[in-house]
Amino acid sequence: MCSAAPTASRPVRRAAALLALVVVLVVAFAASLALGSRWLGPGALWHALTANTGSDPDVIVRSLRFPRTVVAVLIGLCLGIAGTLMQGHTRNALAEPGIFGVSSGAAFAVVLGLQLGLVESVASTVWFALLGALIATFAVQQLASRGTGSTPVGLALTGAAVAALLGALTSAIVLLDADTLDSYRFWAVGSVAGRGLDVAGQVLPFAVIGLLLAAINARDLDMLALGDDVAAGLGLSIRRARLLGLGAIGLLTAAGVAACGPIGFLGLLSGHVARRIFGARNTWLIPAAGVIGATALVLADLVGRLVGGAGEVQAGVVLGIIGAPMFVIVVRRRAVAL
Amino acid sequence: MRSRTVVLSILFAALAIAVALVSLTVGTAKLPLADVVEVLLGGGRRGTRLVVLELRLPRVATGLLVGIAFAVSGALLQTLSRNPLASPDIVGVNSGASAGAVAVIVLAGTGGGNISGIAAKVGIPLAAVLGGLLATLIVGALSIQRGVVDAGKVVLIGVGIAAAANSLVAWLLVIGDVNDAGRAAAWLAGSLNSRAWSDAIPVLIAVVLLLPVAMMFNRDLSALVLGDDVASSLGVRVARIRMVLLVIATVLAAMATAGAGPIAFVALVAPQVALRLTRMERPPLLTTAMLGALFVVLADLLARNGLQWAQVGPYELPVGVLTAACGAPYLLHLIGRQQKGR
Repeated sequence: MCSAAPTASRPVRRAAALLALVVVLVVAFAASLALGSRWLGPGALWHALTANTGSDPDVIVRSLRFPRTVVAVLIGLCLGIAGTLMQGHTRNALAEPGIFGVSSGAAFAVVLGLQLGLVESVASTVWFALLGALIATFAVQQLASRGTGSTPVGLALTGAAVAALLGALTSAIVLLDADTLDSYRFWAVGSVAGRGLDVAGQVLPFAVIGLLLAAINARDLDMLALGDDVAAGLGLSIRRARLLGLGAIGLLTAAGVAACGPIGFLGLLSGHVARRIFGARNTWLIPAAGVIGATALVLADLVGRLVGGAGEVQAGVVLGIIGAPMFVIVVRRRAVAL
Repeated sequence: MRSRTVVLSILFAALAIAVALVSLTVGTAKLPLADVVEVLLGGGRRGTRLVVLELRLPRVATGLLVGIAFAVSGALLQTLSRNPLASPDIVGVNSGASAGAVAVIVLAGTGGGNISGIAAKVGIPLAAVLGGLLATLIVGALSIQRGVVDAGKVVLIGVGIAAAANSLVAWLLVIGDVNDAGRAAAWLAGSLNSRAWSDAIPVLIAVVLLLPVAMMFNRDLSALVLGDDVASSLGVRVARIRMVLLVIATVLAAMATAGAGPIAFVALVAPQVALRLTRMERPPLLTTAMLGALFVVLADLLARNGLQWAQVGPYELPVGVLTAACGAPYLLHLIGRQQKGR
């Protein structure tokens, strides 16, 4: 889908590039701990992380900034990889959970759960989000591949149609009940603020299984990229590979949506940047996209915190505003067939 | 061909009026149709007059007018871009208008003194029009490459810009007071609930001024269907007419959005259905307008009373929920057709 960049032609270079991305992530992590409404020096930061004396900087870092940064890394990893998997499976550079109605499916299921009184904890939110995400993913892919198979415009519009339908149903539920609306609006914007380590812990099992499935699926995807017939000729079970991919996408998106709400454009951004650096090999692309996604979400959260002043701008909004131009750039670059 | 279009326009208009009349009879107090007609003709008792003229008619009139405005806007955009999917819902006009209007609802809301008077009457429509125009401008500017507008790209870039505007809306909902957020959320679903004459009149002005202007370009539109080159050889000043009609389409969609919220898919569905029924080469404006009005008042009647009639409970849904529930499958159907025709 995209020719390999000349700089990434050898495994050594790729490993070095991946290492560099990890270093950037670590720097972003440190910056996220240090910066905010109160800026902390390296000394104060080290003190907070190693010895908890209960001073103000210690409390800020340990109970506020550290948890949300950990959540941002985990969810960024999940959504970055989910997006890249979708792009690989659909052979469509624009594939992304947010645009393709997957997040709307998860959101609808969660709101339905809230309204029916079935959602009490984050864990039950995950189950609903998972179900919604899986059904929406499956529905969009099935609907978009009628006729001649999925095209960028067809898939994007199918996603938009499914998202509109689910959005209408979601608002029908939300509008009947002011309490649901009040919790929904804070969840729907997509944010890592106020997410504790307990949230990370509850979605962790789903994320880990999703990441494992993605790791297994990466090699299948490389074969699928040659075309279904060739892949089948090489001994790949197409059905199994697609199901694995669907499971991974659903689990990873559900973990992300359950923890942070629907955060759009992260998968698009990570997949695209990773593809520019690493070319089309999924075994490299997928881990790289995960690291990039994590970095992007940490930075988006940080930017929102620094820009907003007293009231912060949520990471989901920051990514929406950065991600849309990104999307437009991708669209303008390639010839789009309907 | 021509007479078919005229007959269908009259038929849809008659149906829209019939549904509107039925709509005026239902509510907390059920009125006989004869009483409603008597009031509309200038008679009737004072109580009945109040209920019909001040409570129910504004809602129904707003419904008819936004239906016309959305449908005409969709017909113009679809014809200009030669793409049945390029309706204001999809290419970001409604999202831009929503962001503008929600900004006014939230930022001028309870936090800074209750939104009322001038701010509500002028501010929301104005902000909606500005937001819609801005979105159109961005999408239009970005989809021109080497002087050519690519119809496929217009749609995709519109989807992107709509997503950005929607995340802005989500943020505005969070920073606002919960009551303002509730009002904004109800408005965002596309609702005709408790509309007053002050909601209907701006849309009425837009429709009365802009629909005739758009109709004046009927011949140019027919020429544009044949392609820009053919149109200019027929003496159509393509660039100028495109610009004028694009602005008209945007203002109509934005004014309708200001009046009743971004009621989903009316602008997409009405022109396409009109196109198929009239068997023209482009959606005829008048037929589309009447069909749009019919679609909205019928959907509102069902959304308001459907759950009661089905004995589910005393719930009223916003009209936008119902139009989305009908429109989304239709959009899916259209996409399937386009892909098969590829």
